[in-house]
Amino acid sequence: MTRVGVVGVGHGKFGRRSDATVQELAFEAFRAAMQDAGIQRNRLDASVIAAVPEYHKQRSVAGVIQEYLNLNPLPTWLTEVACSSGSAAIRTAWMAIQSGLHKVVAVVGAQKMTEMDTATILALMGRVGEVQWESVFGTTFPGYYAMFATRHMHVYGTTREQLAQVAVKNHHYGAQNPNALFQKEITVEKALASDPVATPFCVYDCCANADGAAVLILAAEEEAKAIAGDRTVWLDGVGCATSSMSVLRRPDLTGLPSAEQAAKQAYGQAGVSAADVKVAEVHDCFTVAELIAYEDLGFCDKGGGGAYISDKQAYIGGSTPVNVDGGLKAKGHPIGATGVSMAYEIVNQLRGDCGARQVPDADVGLTHNVGGIGQYCFVHLFRRD
Amino acid sequence: MFSWFGKVSFVPYTKVQDFAVKLKDGYLMGSRCKECGYQTFPPRADCPECMSGEFELVEYSGKGTLFTYTRIDAAPTGFDDIVPYTIAVVDMEGGGRALGWFGDTIPEEEIEIGMEIQVVPRIFEDTEDIRVYYSMEKPGTTWSKAPEPHLG
Repeated sequence: MTRVGVVGVGHGKFGRRSDATVQELAFEAFRAAMQDAGIQRNRLDASVIAAVPEYHKQRSVAGVIQEYLNLNPLPTWLTEVACSSGSAAIRTAWMAIQSGLHKVVAVVGAQKMTEMDTATILALMGRVGEVQWESVFGTTFPGYYAMFATRHMHVYGTTREQLAQVAVKNHHYGAQNPNALFQKEITVEKALASDPVATPFCVYDCCANADGAAVLILAAEEEAKAIAGDRTVWLDGVGCATSSMSVLRRPDLTGLPSAEQAAKQAYGQAGVSAADVKVAEVHDCFTVAELIAYEDLGFCDKGGGGAYISDKQAYIGGSTPVNVDGGLKAKGHPIGATGVSMAYEIVNQLRGDCGARQVPDADVGLTHNVGGIGQYCFVHLFRRD
Repeated sequence: MFSWFGKVSFVPYTKVQDFAVKLKDGYLMGSRCKECGYQTFPPRADCPECMSGEFELVEYSGKGTLFTYTRIDAAPTGFDDIVPYTIAVVDMEGGGRALGWFGDTIPEEEIEIGMEIQVVPRIFEDTEDIRVYYSMEKPGTTWSKAPEPHLG
């Protein structure tokens, strides 16, 4: 089997981007990735586009992005698995290259979320759960993760302060990331005093909708070496698993079975263990989701997530630094772009390009991208030789 | 008929639509696979274990224990007039789980994971059309009496 390498990465500014269309956002990140790779469009064989369609007025958004990037007549297709669409695009590009069908593929994650009016967003919010038996009671996305948090606090004694400490860490690193939506430090006191959303969550336990785009250029082994040489970052593990849509069909609400299984697959493929991971990007859509990720990925034991953040093990200098770009919490969460944005950060960390936020000796990095409340999970392992 | 179920309905048709009719009459129904006996709540027409499509609705006692909960302060469309409301997930006697609101027999300060719950069929009183749901109540709470179907 060939290896698949990342030869170029690009990232636009995340936030309320009232200045740009979704294809213009995609172009910013695409231009940066192509400049980073040092290649022209004639080196590409295909693109994979990640976006969640219901946020865009434009139907079949891949078509308009493909045209605006001037990639016609190359093949393209859209991947959609909610908030993990970006990692699904990376996985299908990896598959296309492994099959031998394509050699160099652009992965484009792009999302414009802030064009919708509040009423439309509130209506969409009411259909995130299983609509037959759950949404009829007014469940919400924060409400679902809040029920995980309630359970985690009950079973493991996790505290409200420990949840807030995740937000404090991610704002700390977001303040140093020019692409982040929020670039301000916060305190535990400020987080706990914010407005309630769904107990135990306040506003600062929740990530924010955002607009933005990120792009990776993936290549087969031979092409990667020719394009990027020693700077190539290898995608050596691609794990993916699913869990039930309904919380009523989950055995337990203290972890995501899909994440545990995806991690196991990815570690096995890459031939590494959790202890080998030097830096990780995890899906902190809500504070408890990051604590659960520490556990599902094996950075700590089951139930140890609270202590892991309190002991600063997720900071640079700790056992495995997590979300040192600010995470979804501080960067914002343009859902189609998020998985690609995670890979962007890991590639830069493994190249040693992260300046003040650089994790020392980073040679193995991991991304953990969750769709919904773990209905889908992708865990990818990256390595620098 | 299934459009009767819930404050807001997203699913008008289903193979288990008699669930909503029974709920209106005061019965809480799960499903049982006629082939292998797999029983669950909420009901489902197709057996996830043996793949049979032969099922029957079976009456549930409504007894259960609280598994988890959250109070929703930021509500979606259609629920803003009842905010805040507290959602419970209950492990059901007979198999499966139910998600629904706490009723007035359980004040917020008494909510505790593991507490015993009675899931009780309910009808919204102030709506033109029939709207049914169930609520999470103290053990011993009696099932609401279904009024005559609304005519006209």
